[in-house]
Amino acid sequence: MSLLLTPGTKDDLTREVADLCEQNLYACYQCGKCSATCPLSFAMGILPHQVLRLLQLGHGERLVASQAPWVCVGCMSCAALCPKGLDLSRIMEALRTVRMRRLESPLRTTQRDGKWLATLPQSAVVAAMRKVSR
Amino acid sequence: MSDRNGGKPVITGVGTGPDTSASPSDSTAGEAAVYGYFPGCELRTRSTALDSSARQACRALRVELREMKDWTCCGGLAPQVRDDYAGLLAPTRVLVEARAQGYEELVTLCAYCFNTLKRAHFMLEHNADARRHVTAFLELGELRPARVLHLLEVLRDRVGIERIEQAVNSPLHGLKVAPYYGCLLLRPAQEIGLDDPEDPSVLEELLGALGCDVTAFQAKSDCCGSYHIVTDPESVARCADTVLDAVAEAEAAVVVTSCPVCQFNLDWRGSLAGNGRTPVVYFTQLLALALGEPIEQLGFDESALAALALLPAPRSSDERSQEER
Repeated sequence: MSLLLTPGTKDDLTREVADLCEQNLYACYQCGKCSATCPLSFAMGILPHQVLRLLQLGHGERLVASQAPWVCVGCMSCAALCPKGLDLSRIMEALRTVRMRRLESPLRTTQRDGKWLATLPQSAVVAAMRKVSR
Repeated sequence: MSDRNGGKPVITGVGTGPDTSASPSDSTAGEAAVYGYFPGCELRTRSTALDSSARQACRALRVELREMKDWTCCGGLAPQVRDDYAGLLAPTRVLVEARAQGYEELVTLCAYCFNTLKRAHFMLEHNADARRHVTAFLELGELRPARVLHLLEVLRDRVGIERIEQAVNSPLHGLKVAPYYGCLLLRPAQEIGLDDPEDPSVLEELLGALGCDVTAFQAKSDCCGSYHIVTDPESVARCADTVLDAVAEAEAAVVVTSCPVCQFNLDWRGSLAGNGRTPVVYFTQLLALALGEPIEQLGFDESALAALALLPAPRSSDERSQEER
């Protein structure tokens, strides 16, 4: 990931995310264990440790427009390994929440095929509605 | 606690306050230990085998799962941002209603229900703002939620693995199993507290007591892809493949899980692979089977029945007593 640092980046969004997820985003020192263990890293686009770095540098808007928070399914494997005790699934949910509270569309939606949906576990359907729709 | 709990609870523990009616578990008295039970939607629809086999196994172990009346949705998954109080309403309603019905503790089986209810209980206990908002919204005078237990905790900590081992009359010798936990049963560890979040052991202990040959299974706490089966099955396929590859490496005959979504995702992916499909069963099914319940009543699918048919015929108790364990 290349990142052009420009003066005047705003950290309001970083503060909003930190407040929502109740995490110290500056605790991360980029060890990368979260990205190494993430079972969905192949689909993230922006990897979990990069999500934290972007927030630290005030580039949260890029995340609000990205797939990464919607790909995170909250398995908390990263949280179990983080040496600083950060829980990225909370950070990802905070980023989803920011987007949805702006009334922008979720970046993942449920499948449209009713026949397929009818075969799925009801708990997964309810959870998906809860996490990727508003 | 009200009379509905049968006057013989085994309820102790810490959390929302002292339980004045608690008495020690007395397995020899012949009365079943009674727990409030929350099956949840999934156990009423697709995963009826998890529900029925759990009840059968518990009956054999003198544990009564008494279904709470008029239960409602657990909420699906717990909210993970500070001020999503609305996300706490559904699980709180369940916990408060269970307590009002006289259940100090509520047992669940579905990993989603367990994780959601347990995390909601944690938030209500540790977040004064959340407690205040939820109490006001639900128009409660006082917020008294039931505590949450997974059936695995009841089996390990209340019944005891040793007592289960003694109760086994059809041991599953020769059945090579891969215990699979997934995520929601274990994490976040500081709120769930059921077992080690990376290297859990409760399923190994239980399955070992049933006589199974428990494999060292590397992917046991990996993610199956969870609810992305609803949004992005391709991603689930990749996650499930990681788990199923580890199953194949361990040469297990069956995967054992407690979570209906893990069960679905692994089984769905395995069924696409065609030959070499490894059945994915619930721990309650194997528990009930080892406790002598008839195999045809335990809801095994065809692939599981085929794997179990390879088991050696049950031996007589004389033979078993001569066996060196």
